[in-house]
Amino acid sequence: MEIFGIPLQAFLGQLMLGLVNGAFYAMLSLGLAVIFGLLDIVNFAHGALYMLGAFAAWIMLDQWGVNYWFALVLAPLVVGTLGVVIERTFLKHLYGLDPLYGLLLTFGLSLILEGVFRYQYGASGQSYPVPDLLSGATNLGFMVLPNYRAWVVVASLAVCLGTWFLIERTRLGAYLRAGTENAKLVQAFGVNVPMMVMLTYGAGAALAALAGVLAAPIIQVSPLMGSNLIIVVFAVVVIGGMGSILGSVVTGLGLGVIEGMTRVFYPEASSVIVFVVMVIVLVLRPAGLFGKEA
Amino acid sequence: MSNAAKATAIDPMTKLADSTTSVPPDTAGEAFASAAGPSALLRVVYVGLLVLVLAAPVIGLYPVFVMKLLCFALFACAFNLLLGFTGLLSFGHAAFFGMGAYVAGWCIKSAGWSPELGIVGGAVIGAGLGLLFGLVAIRRQGIYFAMITLAMAQMVFFFCLQAKFTGGEDGLQGVPRGKLLGLLPLETDIVMYYVVAAIFIGCFLGIRRIVTSPFGQVLKMIRENEPRAISLGYEVDRYKLLAFVLSAGLAGLAGSLKTLVMGFATLSDVHWSMSGEVILMSLLGGVGTFLGPVIGSGIVVALQDTLADKVGEWVTVIIGAIFVVCVLAFRKGVVGEVHAYMERRRARS
Repeated sequence: MEIFGIPLQAFLGQLMLGLVNGAFYAMLSLGLAVIFGLLDIVNFAHGALYMLGAFAAWIMLDQWGVNYWFALVLAPLVVGTLGVVIERTFLKHLYGLDPLYGLLLTFGLSLILEGVFRYQYGASGQSYPVPDLLSGATNLGFMVLPNYRAWVVVASLAVCLGTWFLIERTRLGAYLRAGTENAKLVQAFGVNVPMMVMLTYGAGAALAALAGVLAAPIIQVSPLMGSNLIIVVFAVVVIGGMGSILGSVVTGLGLGVIEGMTRVFYPEASSVIVFVVMVIVLVLRPAGLFGKEA
Repeated sequence: MSNAAKATAIDPMTKLADSTTSVPPDTAGEAFASAAGPSALLRVVYVGLLVLVLAAPVIGLYPVFVMKLLCFALFACAFNLLLGFTGLLSFGHAAFFGMGAYVAGWCIKSAGWSPELGIVGGAVIGAGLGLLFGLVAIRRQGIYFAMITLAMAQMVFFFCLQAKFTGGEDGLQGVPRGKLLGLLPLETDIVMYYVVAAIFIGCFLGIRRIVTSPFGQVLKMIRENEPRAISLGYEVDRYKLLAFVLSAGLAGLAGSLKTLVMGFATLSDVHWSMSGEVILMSLLGGVGTFLGPVIGSGIVVALQDTLADKVGEWVTVIIGAIFVVCVLAFRKGVVGEVHAYMERRRARS
């Protein structure tokens, strides 16, 4: 069977790959949106934290034989703690300043992190094995689905939905949303806002690291994996607007699929298609698809 | 999320390009009000730097190094026109610099153009690309503006990676310097040097003229209070767009000069890290001051040159660390801090 002259197998394979990439876009842009909401900082270091997550998993396996499932928990914890340290040592000095300073500081941080890892491990990638439980593929009749890719999509969707639930449907989330609107007022009501800000950044960092661990078996773990991705994620954020959590998830997945389709029909443009979509959206709808701000 | 509300709540003194709000001497007409004091000193500094630039090859500074420095200084000044005097942070200036470098290189090497035409070609391409970027990016403000320019510059990077005329991963090598206007042999370093110096000084004065002109005053108003400028009836977007195109064109010029001086254009010219570097140069020297970007680029280029063979990979880490320190503790930059010091001293006396 063929679709537009492309074998169905290849088509569905790219669709799946697009969904996987989209899942990463969704997780990362979600973290960016949450951090931006409360801290007013566009976290350029998000890509570096994603890279750290993948490296943490790889180092744990390589040095101490910690398996994938433990790494899935431990790496985000480690990187989340690092996030807390970053917030306490650097970011807390920037509150109240122009948000551009936050972008520049986190840009500097990501240069440092990337530079250190490039010095230590070189620019080439390390490969991380797919865990035994998820290796192999399932034949669905119309396509062969690699188990690990299916797992990545399901797991990241679950994480995104969990985050959405936490923010939109729980008391903690209500504090968080209130803090986004007016931090001073929330503090006056007795909520420990600095603590909340610190933990939010930590959680955002942990989310990025989780995406990194999920990505480790699919792509080469390399010091540069984060910076290449973060620029695409920025475009995703511009397209979707940072105002809505579900909006950023939908935008992320959608763009992943569009990118996958481009790889099928016009591979030369696959690396720039997200940026092209961004330009089109900005021309037609300057505030972004789900954006509220001017 | 009420980020717009938050943005307006920010104290104007904490704006990114605040140096000129608190520190008048370097800008506009205020300097003339106090002929003695800082502005006299400033004149001495200017004359000193001019003499240094003109005498550099004579006193034994390696001309190619100083030429490279001047190219980056021009790039940083062009960038600062946008960030320092219009308040727009572009994270995509490498696109203009790099495309200028490639186009000038291609025109001179493959199409056989004369060097002056090649340089003009690079500047025109920079400005044209700036027009495209500007038309899209000025639809959003602040932090989004930075992200959009970064994303569009990445698009240009991928284009340069895949296009035939750029030579892909290898870049353009061995671009001949040729003869300027068919007369001046640029292959001689000393001739090339004075051509670069003349272009740099001309552009520096041009930027000064732009900023101190009525047009420049409107740009500063937009930087300080955009809604106010709109309510006064200025078509803010047009001003921003023109500033963006001017800045991009000058960045393209800087890129094409660099190709002519060094003889090559590579992917690193158009990579996002180059956009980061030019931000660092402005920030380190002093955003919103005339001399800041020159001093800043001097420090960064000299640092890279001396460190490259000693610490290798660590250069990135050091650049990142300088970024962090600048943002945390040194937001005014070298020139801004000097200004602030002079101000304090004048206030006391």
